[in-house]
Amino acid sequence: MNQNSLAGTAEILAGNQGALQDAVSDKQIFQVPWGKAMMWIFLLSDTFIFSCFLISYMSVRISTTVPWPNPSEVFALSFGGDPIPLILIAIMTFVLITSSGTMALAVNFGYRKNKKVTVLLMAATAFLGATFVGMQAFEWTKLIVDEGVRPWGNPMGAAQFGASFFMITGFHGMHVSAGVIYLSIVAWRVGSGYYDRHKNGNYETVEIAGLYWHFVDLVWVFIFAFFYLW
Amino acid sequence: MTATEGHQQHPLGVYFWVWGLLFVLSAFSYAVDYYHLQGYLRWTLILLFMFLKAGFIVAIFMHMAWERLALIYAILVPPLCLLVFIGLMAIEGEYIELGRLIAFGPAPEIISTHH
Repeated sequence: MNQNSLAGTAEILAGNQGALQDAVSDKQIFQVPWGKAMMWIFLLSDTFIFSCFLISYMSVRISTTVPWPNPSEVFALSFGGDPIPLILIAIMTFVLITSSGTMALAVNFGYRKNKKVTVLLMAATAFLGATFVGMQAFEWTKLIVDEGVRPWGNPMGAAQFGASFFMITGFHGMHVSAGVIYLSIVAWRVGSGYYDRHKNGNYETVEIAGLYWHFVDLVWVFIFAFFYLW
Repeated sequence: MTATEGHQQHPLGVYFWVWGLLFVLSAFSYAVDYYHLQGYLRWTLILLFMFLKAGFIVAIFMHMAWERLALIYAILVPPLCLLVFIGLMAIEGEYIELGRLIAFGPAPEIISTHH
Protein backbone atom coordinates (compact mmCIF):
# COMPACT_ATOMS: atom_id res chain seq x y z
CA MET A 1 0.00 0.00 0.00
CA ASN A 2 2.79 2.32 0.94
CA GLN A 3 4.49 1.28 -2.24
CA ASN A 4 1.36 2.20 -4.21
CA SER A 5 1.00 5.70 -2.79
CA LEU A 6 4.67 6.36 -3.45
CA ALA A 7 4.22 5.38 -7.05
CA GLY A 8 1.16 7.60 -7.25
CA THR A 9 3.10 10.60 -5.94
CA ALA A 10 5.85 9.95 -8.44
CA GLU A 11 3.27 9.84 -11.20
CA ILE A 12 1.78 13.18 -10.17
CA LEU A 13 5.24 14.72 -9.98
CA ALA A 14 6.06 13.40 -13.42
CA GLY A 15 2.76 14.75 -14.72
CA ASN A 16 3.43 18.19 -13.26
CA GLN A 17 6.87 18.13 -14.80
CA GLY A 18 5.31 17.46 -18.17
CA ALA A 19 2.79 20.27 -17.77
CA LEU A 20 5.55 22.64 -16.75
CA GLN A 21 7.66 21.64 -19.73
CA ASP A 22 4.72 22.19 -22.03
CA ALA A 23 4.11 25.62 -20.57
CA VAL A 24 7.70 26.81 -20.86
CA SER A 25 8.76 25.06 -24.06
CA ASP A 26 9.61 27.10 -27.10
CA LYS A 27 6.24 27.12 -28.75
CA GLN A 28 4.89 29.89 -30.86
CA ILE A 29 1.21 30.70 -30.83
CA PHE A 30 -0.67 32.96 -33.24
CA GLN A 31 2.35 32.90 -35.59
CA VAL A 32 3.20 36.50 -34.80
CA PRO A 33 6.22 37.96 -32.99
CA TRP A 34 5.74 37.54 -29.24
CA GLY A 35 5.98 41.29 -28.67
CA LYS A 36 3.01 41.84 -30.92
CA ALA A 37 0.92 39.09 -29.31
CA MET A 38 1.68 40.52 -25.86
CA MET A 39 0.78 44.04 -26.95
CA TRP A 40 -2.54 42.76 -28.27
CA ILE A 41 -3.25 40.98 -25.00
CA PHE A 42 -2.35 44.13 -23.05
CA LEU A 43 -4.70 46.13 -25.27
CA LEU A 44 -7.44 43.56 -24.66
CA SER A 45 -7.07 44.07 -20.89
CA ASP A 46 -7.05 47.83 -21.41
CA THR A 47 -10.28 47.46 -23.38
CA PHE A 48 -11.89 46.00 -20.28
CA ILE A 49 -10.60 48.83 -18.07
CA PHE A 50 -11.95 51.54 -20.36
CA SER A 51 -15.19 49.59 -20.74
CA CYS A 52 -15.58 49.56 -16.96
CA PHE A 53 -15.25 53.35 -16.90
CA LEU A 54 -17.71 53.83 -19.74
CA ILE A 55 -20.19 51.34 -18.29
CA SER A 56 -20.07 52.99 -14.85
CA TYR A 57 -20.64 56.32 -16.61
CA MET A 58 -23.68 54.75 -18.31
CA SER A 59 -25.02 53.45 -14.98
CA VAL A 60 -24.76 56.79 -13.17
CA ARG A 61 -26.23 58.63 -16.12
CA ILE A 62 -29.21 56.27 -16.30
CA SER A 63 -29.82 56.15 -12.55
CA THR A 64 -29.65 59.87 -11.73
CA THR A 65 -32.96 61.73 -11.50
CA VAL A 66 -31.23 65.08 -12.12
CA PRO A 67 -30.85 66.11 -15.80
CA TRP A 68 -27.43 65.41 -17.27
CA PRO A 69 -25.50 68.56 -18.34
CA ASN A 70 -25.66 69.04 -22.13
CA PRO A 71 -22.09 68.30 -23.36
CA SER A 72 -22.79 70.24 -26.56
CA GLU A 73 -23.15 73.42 -24.47
CA VAL A 74 -20.64 72.58 -21.73
CA PHE A 75 -17.86 72.06 -24.27
CA ALA A 76 -18.82 74.95 -26.55
CA LEU A 77 -16.13 77.52 -27.21
CA SER A 78 -16.42 81.08 -28.47
CA PHE A 79 -13.86 82.68 -30.78
CA GLY A 80 -15.17 86.22 -30.38
CA GLY A 81 -18.61 85.43 -31.85
CA ASP A 82 -21.35 83.00 -30.83
CA PRO A 83 -20.13 79.88 -29.03
CA ILE A 84 -19.56 76.95 -31.40
CA PRO A 85 -20.79 73.64 -29.90
CA LEU A 86 -18.14 71.00 -29.07
CA ILE A 87 -15.58 72.74 -31.27
CA LEU A 88 -12.52 72.04 -29.10
CA ILE A 89 -13.45 68.35 -28.87
CA ALA A 90 -13.90 68.21 -32.66
CA ILE A 91 -10.43 69.72 -33.17
CA MET A 92 -8.95 67.26 -30.64
CA THR A 93 -10.59 64.40 -32.55
CA PHE A 94 -9.07 65.57 -35.82
CA VAL A 95 -5.64 66.00 -34.22
CA LEU A 96 -5.77 62.42 -32.91
CA ILE A 97 -6.92 60.99 -36.25
CA THR A 98 -4.16 62.86 -38.04
CA SER A 99 -1.65 61.35 -35.60
CA SER A 100 -3.07 57.89 -36.24
CA GLY A 101 -2.51 58.40 -39.97
CA THR A 102 1.10 59.52 -39.53
CA MET A 103 1.69 56.52 -37.25
CA ALA A 104 0.27 54.06 -39.81
CA LEU A 105 2.63 55.53 -42.42
CA ALA A 106 5.57 55.38 -39.98
CA VAL A 107 5.01 51.61 -39.57
CA ASN A 108 4.97 51.20 -43.34
CA PHE A 109 8.18 53.19 -43.86
CA GLY A 110 9.78 51.29 -40.98
CA TYR A 111 9.29 48.02 -42.87
CA ARG A 112 10.72 49.72 -45.96
CA LYS A 113 13.83 50.41 -43.81
CA ASN A 114 13.49 54.11 -44.55
CA LYS A 115 14.76 55.32 -41.21
CA LYS A 116 14.66 59.04 -41.93
CA VAL A 117 10.98 59.12 -42.95
CA THR A 118 10.04 56.73 -40.12
CA VAL A 119 11.64 58.98 -37.50
CA LEU A 120 10.03 62.09 -38.99
CA LEU A 121 6.57 60.48 -39.07
CA MET A 122 6.90 59.17 -35.51
CA ALA A 123 8.08 62.57 -34.29
CA ALA A 124 5.04 64.12 -36.00
CA THR A 125 2.81 61.55 -34.29
CA ALA A 126 4.33 62.29 -30.87
CA PHE A 127 4.02 66.04 -31.49
CA LEU A 128 0.32 65.70 -32.40
CA GLY A 129 -0.19 63.56 -29.29
CA ALA A 130 1.43 66.23 -27.13
CA THR A 131 -0.82 68.82 -28.81
CA PHE A 132 -3.83 66.71 -27.89
CA VAL A 133 -2.75 66.54 -24.24
CA GLY A 134 -2.16 70.30 -24.26
CA MET A 135 -5.68 70.94 -25.54
CA GLN A 136 -7.03 68.57 -22.91
CA ALA A 137 -5.18 70.52 -20.20
CA PHE A 138 -6.82 73.68 -21.54
CA GLU A 139 -10.24 71.99 -21.48
CA TRP A 140 -9.78 70.77 -17.89
CA THR A 141 -8.61 74.21 -16.74
CA LYS A 142 -11.61 75.89 -18.36
CA LEU A 143 -14.02 73.42 -16.77
CA ILE A 144 -12.48 73.53 -13.29
CA VAL A 145 -11.62 77.23 -13.02
CA ASP A 146 -14.29 78.95 -15.13
CA GLU A 147 -17.25 76.61 -14.85
CA GLY A 148 -16.73 75.16 -11.38
CA VAL A 149 -16.96 71.49 -12.37
CA ARG A 150 -15.83 69.20 -9.53
CA PRO A 151 -15.83 65.40 -9.20
CA TRP A 152 -18.62 65.74 -6.61
CA GLY A 153 -20.78 68.35 -8.31
CA ASN A 154 -21.21 71.12 -10.85
CA PRO A 155 -23.57 74.03 -11.48
CA MET A 156 -25.00 72.54 -14.73
CA GLY A 157 -26.81 69.40 -13.57
CA ALA A 158 -26.20 65.86 -12.35
CA ALA A 159 -23.37 65.68 -9.80
CA GLN A 160 -21.93 62.52 -11.39
CA PHE A 161 -20.94 64.47 -14.54
CA GLY A 162 -17.63 65.66 -13.07
CA ALA A 163 -16.57 62.30 -11.68
CA SER A 164 -17.28 60.55 -15.00
CA PHE A 165 -15.58 63.28 -17.02
CA PHE A 166 -12.36 63.49 -14.98
CA MET A 167 -12.07 59.73 -14.66
CA ILE A 168 -12.63 58.87 -18.33
CA THR A 169 -10.79 61.72 -20.05
CA GLY A 170 -8.07 61.70 -17.37
CA PHE A 171 -7.32 58.03 -17.87
CA HIS A 172 -7.32 58.49 -21.64
CA GLY A 173 -5.07 61.55 -21.39
CA MET A 174 -2.66 59.51 -19.27
CA HIS A 175 -2.57 56.90 -22.04
CA VAL A 176 -1.82 59.57 -24.64
CA SER A 177 0.97 61.02 -22.48
CA ALA A 178 2.50 57.58 -21.98
CA GLY A 179 2.17 57.01 -25.74
CA VAL A 180 4.07 60.23 -26.52
CA ILE A 181 6.97 59.05 -24.31
CA TYR A 182 6.83 55.52 -25.77
CA LEU A 183 6.85 56.79 -29.37
CA SER A 184 9.68 59.22 -28.63
CA ILE A 185 11.85 56.40 -27.27
CA VAL A 186 11.13 54.09 -30.23
CA ALA A 187 11.72 56.95 -32.70
CA TRP A 188 15.03 57.73 -31.00
CA ARG A 189 16.07 54.10 -31.27
CA VAL A 190 15.12 53.93 -34.96
CA GLY A 191 17.12 57.09 -35.63
CA SER A 192 20.18 56.02 -33.67
CA GLY A 193 20.33 52.65 -35.41
CA TYR A 194 19.54 50.65 -32.24
CA TYR A 195 17.39 48.13 -34.15
CA ASP A 196 20.08 47.70 -36.80
CA ARG A 197 22.68 46.94 -34.14
CA HIS A 198 20.59 44.83 -31.74
CA LYS A 199 17.66 43.42 -33.72
CA ASN A 200 19.26 42.66 -37.08
CA GLY A 201 17.39 45.53 -38.68
CA ASN A 202 13.99 44.31 -37.53
CA TYR A 203 11.56 47.21 -37.18
CA GLU A 204 8.55 45.34 -35.78
CA THR A 205 8.84 47.42 -32.58
CA VAL A 206 7.57 50.35 -34.64
CA GLU A 207 4.46 48.34 -35.51
CA ILE A 208 3.96 47.30 -31.86
CA ALA A 209 4.23 50.95 -30.73
CA GLY A 210 1.80 51.75 -33.54
CA LEU A 211 -0.73 49.24 -32.17
CA TYR A 212 -0.69 51.05 -28.82
CA TRP A 213 -1.10 54.42 -30.50
CA HIS A 214 -4.02 53.31 -32.70
CA PHE A 215 -5.67 51.84 -29.60
CA VAL A 216 -5.51 55.24 -27.89
CA ASP A 217 -7.22 56.71 -30.94
CA LEU A 218 -9.75 53.87 -30.88
CA VAL A 219 -10.67 54.56 -27.25
CA TRP A 220 -11.17 58.21 -28.13
CA VAL A 221 -13.67 57.19 -30.82
CA PHE A 222 -15.80 55.57 -28.10
CA ILE A 223 -15.35 58.41 -25.60
CA PHE A 224 -16.27 60.94 -28.29
CA ALA A 225 -19.43 59.01 -29.16
CA PHE A 226 -20.64 58.12 -25.67
CA PHE A 227 -19.48 61.01 -23.50
CA TYR A 228 -19.47 64.02 -25.82
CA LEU A 229 -22.14 63.25 -28.42
CA TRP A 230 -24.72 61.11 -26.56
CA MET B 1 -2.98 37.53 -47.74
CA THR B 2 -2.08 36.09 -44.37
CA ALA B 3 1.03 37.41 -42.70
CA THR B 4 2.78 34.36 -41.33
CA GLU B 5 5.90 36.20 -40.26
CA GLY B 6 3.99 39.07 -38.72
CA HIS B 7 5.42 41.17 -41.50
CA GLN B 8 2.85 43.76 -42.40
CA GLN B 9 3.70 45.52 -45.62
CA HIS B 10 0.83 46.99 -47.57
CA PRO B 11 0.46 49.59 -50.32
CA LEU B 12 0.37 53.18 -49.03
CA GLY B 13 -2.88 53.87 -50.88
CA VAL B 14 -4.88 51.78 -48.38
CA TYR B 15 -3.71 53.96 -45.51
CA PHE B 16 -4.53 57.22 -47.28
CA TRP B 17 -8.01 55.95 -48.12
CA VAL B 18 -8.73 54.94 -44.53
CA TRP B 19 -7.21 58.16 -43.23
CA GLY B 20 -9.54 60.17 -45.45
CA LEU B 21 -12.53 58.04 -44.46
CA LEU B 22 -11.82 58.59 -40.76
CA PHE B 23 -11.81 62.34 -41.33
CA VAL B 24 -15.11 62.20 -43.20
CA LEU B 25 -16.75 59.95 -40.59
CA SER B 26 -15.54 62.22 -37.77
CA ALA B 27 -16.98 65.22 -39.61
CA PHE B 28 -20.30 63.34 -39.90
CA SER B 29 -20.28 62.54 -36.15
CA TYR B 30 -19.67 66.19 -35.39
CA ALA B 31 -22.44 67.20 -37.79
CA VAL B 32 -24.89 65.04 -35.80
CA ASP B 33 -24.29 67.32 -32.83
CA TYR B 34 -23.92 70.55 -34.83
CA TYR B 35 -27.33 70.14 -36.51
CA HIS B 36 -28.97 69.14 -33.20
CA LEU B 37 -30.34 65.79 -34.40
CA GLN B 38 -32.28 64.21 -31.53
CA GLY B 39 -33.75 60.92 -30.37
CA TYR B 40 -33.28 57.60 -32.14
CA LEU B 41 -31.91 59.20 -35.31
CA ARG B 42 -29.12 60.82 -33.26
CA TRP B 43 -28.22 57.66 -31.35
CA THR B 44 -28.32 55.46 -34.47
CA LEU B 45 -26.05 57.80 -36.41
CA ILE B 46 -23.61 58.21 -33.48
CA LEU B 47 -23.31 54.41 -33.14
CA LEU B 48 -23.05 53.87 -36.90
CA PHE B 49 -20.19 56.35 -37.35
CA MET B 50 -18.52 55.11 -34.16
CA PHE B 51 -18.50 51.45 -35.24
CA LEU B 52 -17.35 52.32 -38.78
CA LYS B 53 -14.43 54.37 -37.41
CA ALA B 54 -13.50 51.71 -34.85
CA GLY B 55 -13.72 49.00 -37.52
CA PHE B 56 -11.43 50.81 -39.96
CA ILE B 57 -8.87 51.60 -37.24
CA VAL B 58 -8.73 47.99 -36.01
CA ALA B 59 -8.91 46.31 -39.42
CA ILE B 60 -6.53 48.50 -41.43
CA PHE B 61 -4.41 50.69 -39.14
CA MET B 62 -3.90 47.89 -36.60
CA HIS B 63 -3.57 45.32 -39.42
CA MET B 64 -6.18 43.00 -37.90
CA ALA B 65 -7.62 42.25 -41.35
CA TRP B 66 -4.35 40.57 -42.31
CA GLU B 67 -3.70 38.70 -39.06
CA ARG B 68 -4.32 34.99 -38.55
CA LEU B 69 -7.80 33.95 -37.49
CA ALA B 70 -6.55 32.55 -34.14
CA LEU B 71 -5.31 36.01 -33.12
CA ILE B 72 -8.45 37.72 -34.40
CA TYR B 73 -10.64 35.40 -32.31
CA ALA B 74 -8.42 35.71 -29.23
CA ILE B 75 -8.70 39.50 -29.28
CA LEU B 76 -12.17 40.21 -30.64
CA VAL B 77 -14.31 37.51 -29.00
CA PRO B 78 -13.63 38.24 -25.25
CA PRO B 79 -14.97 41.83 -25.46
CA LEU B 80 -18.35 40.34 -26.42
CA CYS B 81 -18.79 39.57 -22.69
CA LEU B 82 -19.07 43.31 -22.26
CA LEU B 83 -22.45 43.21 -24.00
CA VAL B 84 -23.81 41.16 -21.10
CA PHE B 85 -22.21 43.58 -18.62
CA ILE B 86 -23.74 46.57 -20.43
CA GLY B 87 -27.15 44.90 -20.43
CA LEU B 88 -26.98 44.09 -16.72
CA MET B 89 -25.89 47.58 -15.73
CA ALA B 90 -28.54 49.21 -17.92
CA ILE B 91 -31.26 47.18 -16.15
CA GLU B 92 -29.67 47.97 -12.77
CA GLY B 93 -29.47 51.68 -13.64
CA GLU B 94 -33.16 51.85 -14.57
CA TYR B 95 -34.03 50.00 -11.36
CA ILE B 96 -32.04 52.45 -9.20
CA GLU B 97 -33.60 55.42 -10.97
CA LEU B 98 -37.06 53.99 -10.33
CA GLY B 99 -36.17 53.42 -6.66
CA ARG B 100 -34.96 57.01 -6.34
CA LEU B 101 -38.11 58.37 -7.96
CA ILE B 102 -40.35 56.31 -5.66
CA ALA B 103 -38.39 57.04 -2.48
CA PHE B 104 -37.31 60.66 -3.04
CA GLY B 105 -39.60 61.90 -5.81
CA PRO B 106 -38.47 63.76 -8.94
CA ALA B 107 -35.44 66.04 -8.73
CA PRO B 108 -36.26 69.58 -7.55
CA GLU B 109 -36.80 72.41 -10.06
CA ILE B 110 -36.56 70.56 -13.34
CA ILE B 111 -38.55 67.38 -13.86
CA SER B 112 -37.09 65.57 -16.82
CA THR B 113 -37.10 62.08 -18.18
CA HIS B 114 -34.06 62.88 -20.29
CA HIS B 115 -30.95 61.30 -18.91
